[in-house]
Amino acid sequence: MKSFTAHKGLVAPMDRANVDTDMIIPKQFLKSIKRTGFGKNLFDESRYLDEGLPDQSCEGRSLNPDFPLNLARYQGASVLLARENFGCGSSREHAPWALDDYGFRSVIAASFADIFYNNCFKNGLLPVVLEPARMDQLFKEMYATQGYELAVDLHDQSVTTPGGDVFSFEVDEFRRQCLLEGLDDIDLTLQHADEIRAFEEQYKSHAPWVFGTIKGG
Amino acid sequence: MAKTLYDKLWDAHLIKQRDDGSALIYIDRHIIHEVTSPQAFEGLRLAGREPWRLDTNIATPDHNVPTTVKERASGVAGIEDLVSRIQVTTLDDNCDEFGILEYAINDKRQGIVHVIGPESGACLPGMTVVCGDSHTATNGAVGALAYGIGTSEVEHVLATQCLVSKKMNNMLVKINGELSEGVTAKDVILAIIGEIGTAGGSGYAIEFGGQVIRDMSMEGRMTVCNMAIEAGARAGMVAVDQTTIDYVKGRPFAPTGNKWTQAVAAWQELHSDEAAEFDHVVELDGASIEPQVSWGTSPEMVVPVSGQVPDPATVSDPVKKEGIERALDYMGLKAGQAIQDIALDKVFIGSCTNSRIEDMRAAAQVVRGRKKAESIALAMVVPGSGLVKAQAEGEGLDKIFTDAGFEWREPGCSMCLAMNADKLGNGEHCASTSNRNFESRQGYGGRTHLVSPAMAAAAAIAGYFVDVREFTGDTS
Repeated sequence: MKSFTAHKGLVAPMDRANVDTDMIIPKQFLKSIKRTGFGKNLFDESRYLDEGLPDQSCEGRSLNPDFPLNLARYQGASVLLARENFGCGSSREHAPWALDDYGFRSVIAASFADIFYNNCFKNGLLPVVLEPARMDQLFKEMYATQGYELAVDLHDQSVTTPGGDVFSFEVDEFRRQCLLEGLDDIDLTLQHADEIRAFEEQYKSHAPWVFGTIKGG
Repeated sequence: MAKTLYDKLWDAHLIKQRDDGSALIYIDRHIIHEVTSPQAFEGLRLAGREPWRLDTNIATPDHNVPTTVKERASGVAGIEDLVSRIQVTTLDDNCDEFGILEYAINDKRQGIVHVIGPESGACLPGMTVVCGDSHTATNGAVGALAYGIGTSEVEHVLATQCLVSKKMNNMLVKINGELSEGVTAKDVILAIIGEIGTAGGSGYAIEFGGQVIRDMSMEGRMTVCNMAIEAGARAGMVAVDQTTIDYVKGRPFAPTGNKWTQAVAAWQELHSDEAAEFDHVVELDGASIEPQVSWGTSPEMVVPVSGQVPDPATVSDPVKKEGIERALDYMGLKAGQAIQDIALDKVFIGSCTNSRIEDMRAAAQVVRGRKKAESIALAMVVPGSGLVKAQAEGEGLDKIFTDAGFEWREPGCSMCLAMNADKLGNGEHCASTSNRNFESRQGYGGRTHLVSPAMAAAAAIAGYFVDVREFTGDTS
């Protein structure tokens, strides 16, 4: 799994609440059977003025001139600032895949939807939750400053502003370790294979109806 | 110590609790569809891993499948959209390669993942159920711990039969009293979301309880649990009672004989203890709930059918105000406009929220002997599974719909998310029984209004929203 230790990068805004996964990556792009190539369709409907199609080149499509990611000052952004309940909606992992493929390494928001938050950690994309008042400050500073960069450090669990303010954030220790070291979740779990088998044996003895009814195809 | 239903389900599947707060949880049932699984199977292949257990998985294509009789006639080969066809074929190939049971495109048991889970008896009380789809909580209606996962976790479950999780907090949403006639499960869950908001359940597992839920059919409970995610909660569930047991009995994968007796005895414990404590409790009075209609682009943007679209000028929170203004602009509505003045173009009855037999019956009851309004370009009914379709046809419901000018389709997710050919046109307003009214969810520029099946049916007849409780219409 892709690791994340620390990152400093240009900040771009997605300044609205309840940004849903359909907005992050519209469903027509979910027909892909690959994990890569979603970046060009990130925020497709806000970013372009026409309807995007799967397997379509985005070169030559008309860009929405008002959408932040299309502005010169945000080109090369790798940290996204967002509001409440970012990533709500479906479980599509294509949402973090699209953010990652575009070049984002971290999303900082007032809150995240649960499934999206969980999916980010599987893809080396760090979701950071900060209090709404701090988000207001970051948005304000970012709008006021061309080339505004933030430093996000998972080891220290901190976000540092250009002015030297340091905001700490919470993250589950297990997720933190996995992301810092880029550990493969499946390998980690399979280290407990004997315990899983022992659990199954004991479970089967008192809930036999859970096992054996479905036959493989 | 007194436990909630969620505590009991969690404890029964806990393999290992780690000091860092994470836990290894055993997964009993895994449902697979074509959109969120290809990369997971590819991951298994690349790592040279096999599924941990085969007798836990069921797969079916649902998101991409066409719903017209013509396009379905020749199965996968007949899917006109090449990209969709590749995705459905990939599911078939992966299930063949790994030995996973699949209800393929024209199998009569094929359907929307969350419809076939309970219908087949694959998802039983007391189980942990996961699927790469956020509406998996639907299965919580049978007294299971069911939730949506991403593709990495689909691969994780396939490879290990476990997930690494952190226990959620407990929330009880209690709907007291009785519903008035014409008010349904869909109105209940929309009213709940309107009350607590789309992030209200974040971090919680929600148990739905109270007299209204106890009186509700299993189909109704599935509708309520289905939209737990629209209230921010990954899992929604309902305690087991006689309604649950009666529903499960005789289903293809339900236990029989001694195992049935043993299972029922165990399932009787699947309710929150009297003294159990919840981290958060929300109570609503069932009698006060009216038929609901969403006006905006988030499921919390919902009002009673007798209500009006809100006025952002009355809202002080700037982020909220901007959200309302944006939604009004997208939806092409004016502040203060009456819900019943919204002109409609299309009607969609279907989705994992409302495509079960009871939903078909509720819509048919309104439609019977009436005609679709001329101004409605399309009213489509998409049953949730081949078995629901067959049952509805056995009851003559298809005839009621087609006589009224509705289209009766083949099962699938259809216009809930418009991954197949069923879409709204730019700017079209749709009365939809689905679960999300996000921008462009049902088609580029489409405008979705979430309602119950009865309300959608009445809207198709009238051409605009009407209160189904007062609906008479022309039955000539």
